Amino acid sequence: MTAALALVVSACGGGGGGKKSSAGNAEAPASQFNAGVTQIVNPSDKVGGTLHMGMPGDFDSVDPGDMYYGYAWNFARLYTRALTMFKPVPGEEGLQLVGDLAEDLGKSSDGGKTWTYKLRKGVKFEDGTPVTSKDVKYGVARSLDKEVLPSGPTYFNDWLDVGSYTGPYKMKGKLDDLKAIETPDDQTIVFHLKKAYGGFDYFAMLPQTAPVPEAKDTGSKYKEHPVATGPYMFKAHELGKRIELVKNPNWDPATDPNRKQLNDSVEVLLGQNEDDLDQRLLSGKIDVKVNSTGVAANARKTVLTEDKRKQYSDSAPIDRTWFTNLNSDVPPLDNIHCRKAVLYAADRSAIQGVYGGPEAGGDIALSLMPAKMTGYQKIDPYGVEATPTGNVDKAREELKACGQPNGFSTTISFRNERSAEKQTAEALQQSLARVGIKLEVKGFPQGDYFKLYAGKPDFAKKNGLGLMVYGWGADYPEGFGFFQQIVDSRVIRSAGNTNLGVKDPEIDKLIDQAAGEQDATKRNAIWAQVDAKVMDDAFILPYVWAHGLFYRPPTLKNVFVSQNWGMYEFLTLSTQ
Amino acid sequence: MTAPLDVPGSAVEAGPETVLEGAGATAIRGRSLGQIAWMRLRRDRVAMIGGIVILLLILAAIFAPLLVSWLGHPPAEWHRDKVDPSIGSPIGTFGGMSWDYLFGVEPTTGRDLFSRILYGARISLLIAFLATLLCVVLGTVLGMIAGFFGGWIDTVISRLMDIFLAFPLLVFALALGGVIPDKAFGLSGDTLRISLLVFIIGFFNWPYIGRIIRGQTLSLREREFVDAARSLGARNHVVLFKEILPNLLAPILVYSTLLIPSNILFEAALSFLGVGVRPPTPTWGGMLAEAVHNYDVAPNFMLFPGLAIFITVLAFNLLGDGLRDAFDPKAR
Repeated sequence: MTAALALVVSACGGGGGGKKSSAGNAEAPASQFNAGVTQIVNPSDKVGGTLHMGMPGDFDSVDPGDMYYGYAWNFARLYTRALTMFKPVPGEEGLQLVGDLAEDLGKSSDGGKTWTYKLRKGVKFEDGTPVTSKDVKYGVARSLDKEVLPSGPTYFNDWLDVGSYTGPYKMKGKLDDLKAIETPDDQTIVFHLKKAYGGFDYFAMLPQTAPVPEAKDTGSKYKEHPVATGPYMFKAHELGKRIELVKNPNWDPATDPNRKQLNDSVEVLLGQNEDDLDQRLLSGKIDVKVNSTGVAANARKTVLTEDKRKQYSDSAPIDRTWFTNLNSDVPPLDNIHCRKAVLYAADRSAIQGVYGGPEAGGDIALSLMPAKMTGYQKIDPYGVEATPTGNVDKAREELKACGQPNGFSTTISFRNERSAEKQTAEALQQSLARVGIKLEVKGFPQGDYFKLYAGKPDFAKKNGLGLMVYGWGADYPEGFGFFQQIVDSRVIRSAGNTNLGVKDPEIDKLIDQAAGEQDATKRNAIWAQVDAKVMDDAFILPYVWAHGLFYRPPTLKNVFVSQNWGMYEFLTLSTQ
Repeated sequence: MTAPLDVPGSAVEAGPETVLEGAGATAIRGRSLGQIAWMRLRRDRVAMIGGIVILLLILAAIFAPLLVSWLGHPPAEWHRDKVDPSIGSPIGTFGGMSWDYLFGVEPTTGRDLFSRILYGARISLLIAFLATLLCVVLGTVLGMIAGFFGGWIDTVISRLMDIFLAFPLLVFALALGGVIPDKAFGLSGDTLRISLLVFIIGFFNWPYIGRIIRGQTLSLREREFVDAARSLGARNHVVLFKEILPNLLAPILVYSTLLIPSNILFEAALSFLGVGVRPPTPTWGGMLAEAVHNYDVAPNFMLFPGLAIFITVLAFNLLGDGLRDAFDPKAR
């Protein structure tokens, strides 16, 4: 009974709270909604002060060799320098890679199988030791050991010609056994790939290529104090609670054209209550929220409905599509016409509402590839733009062609903890019922969704999971970083899949072609073809190209949305 | 709290039958324990209000489809025109409350909150009643056996109770909720999940009532009327069910009434945590879990399920307290 009472009381309290706090900030400078998407808001060169960051959860890790979240990669560049980086500028220019630790982008030879980088001279670790190419090699080598550092991407494991090398923890002192990376001198590093890949500069952008001094490496404990090469270094790291960064005295701006050192210190509060954090962000006590989607549902209303607030917010497109996989293992979805019926009948605008509407949730997706990605070409094979609520007549035609004119029954799975996915399943249940497709809605725990349920083909087949609610964000804004993990049929394993059933040898062929293509324009054209082919096959029902709704307190300086990260660029932020 | 009345003169030892109260020239009609309790209960206005509320709730739950067809909309039907497309909050004041939507609408989906609360009552009450029934039956039978036979039987059952009481029920229920298959024991879908919830709640809560029944039986079996029955040649099962059980009815009734609200809360907690029936079937706990993300946008979405749980639990508690007082001879 007390629990119920408390909820009732908090409901009343919460309802009133948001409105009262909006009276403040009368003197704050005026701004415009979405100003940060295209330009730098509040440019300033003044130094000093502390940048306060706050986070609802924790980073997967702050160890550059052990992170996979975009906000972690964004944050890592405050204290580490990888070989290349995205230019920290607003607009499309922000999608360009430039040299960071390396003087320039990589030089490829051997048809794209060998990549050479020249390191800048004069870069030092926080203790003053000069950075050499061996430290970079060691950084990549340690990230290969997924038992010690499990979180990062596996691109280097998959693409480098590593042979029998298993990482410096199991093979201590045998770094020379890793023949795939050569360090002919202290300033040069050479990568040898198994297959040609034209986009290797994107791999070189991963924080895994940040130098790590072997003597200071403590394996899984390295995250307590990663050794800095960037403008800031760790002063304190209370795990799960708080991180404090201070100026790195050994960072030399002459070696780093892309960064500044405006803040005296940076503080990150971890594990904050999300609603509470949003309130502190709105009142300016926190300067920036560290997450990938911006303010949560409760603060959204305040931000979107009050002009005083809205002017300080940005609705930024993210490289992420929310979609549902159609499982061809489950009849009658083995028939392409039945799958197409689902794609026609779905009400995408209802699902857009579920994810938070056009500004906080995202745009209605016309195809799988997010529109803001490099190389996107507009296609709309299911006429979604004209009929976002679904095309019932076309759906019935496809059902007839499939031999199920009265519809059929199947199960739709979703992740229990994700309220938007649950409502997506319910929305599909409603809209598909219009053509007689009956869905049974079934939730699974998010932690095991891929290991035991939707990502385990045997289970999905046996339990008749015809539809599986899902979503995917690109590792970097280029076709390979988005598509490969979700549409390449050769990555399908017995469990723990990221590809929930897209199986088409032609798509696999296109992926290989694109990866090997050295010319960026041609490569992008192939990714557009992959997008079109996936839509034709009707293995995936995309509905929302995600947006994040981000809030920048009026006191925050040098703010803009990075097109690459799909959130504020952390590197430039300051408060003075 | 003890069932047999110890008031001198009103020798209502064996419950149902009526005996004379006092021996005057004018014979005064004796009253059974039930009659006395009912008389006292009727004078307890708080308990009566609780009882009426419960009655109304049960009627509302039973006739939910009818009420919804008159006053609402189907509980799973989306009304996207009732929510603001840009932020998903209900259009209109107080979460879109109107004559058409009595309690307003759910954010994002625009589903009728009134219908969902009513249908939610069905699930909550059904699970709570069935689970309580299971609890009471198990607790009474095992408690009586333990108390009546004593010896090693008592030891075994009592230790079993200790084990059950030490069981981390919530954790177990959460774990089980994740692995429930689609079909099992000849049941499927919501029927299976409801049965399973009833089983989990009922099966693991019986020791609470079992202990009370055991204690009562222990004292009852030493009473004269039991000896009398035995001397007339009654067998164990006759003594148990004809002599002892009727005297246990009062505590059983009181504890069931108090157990129901705790089961409602437990069911709400499970639904809140995502175990329980599948969407789109509404539950109060599940609605509260959704509302947590929306309390700023639509406070009524949190208010109504919260109120529903609050009122139901309060009503049962008031009635239970009233019943306890009514059956307690020491209370005035």
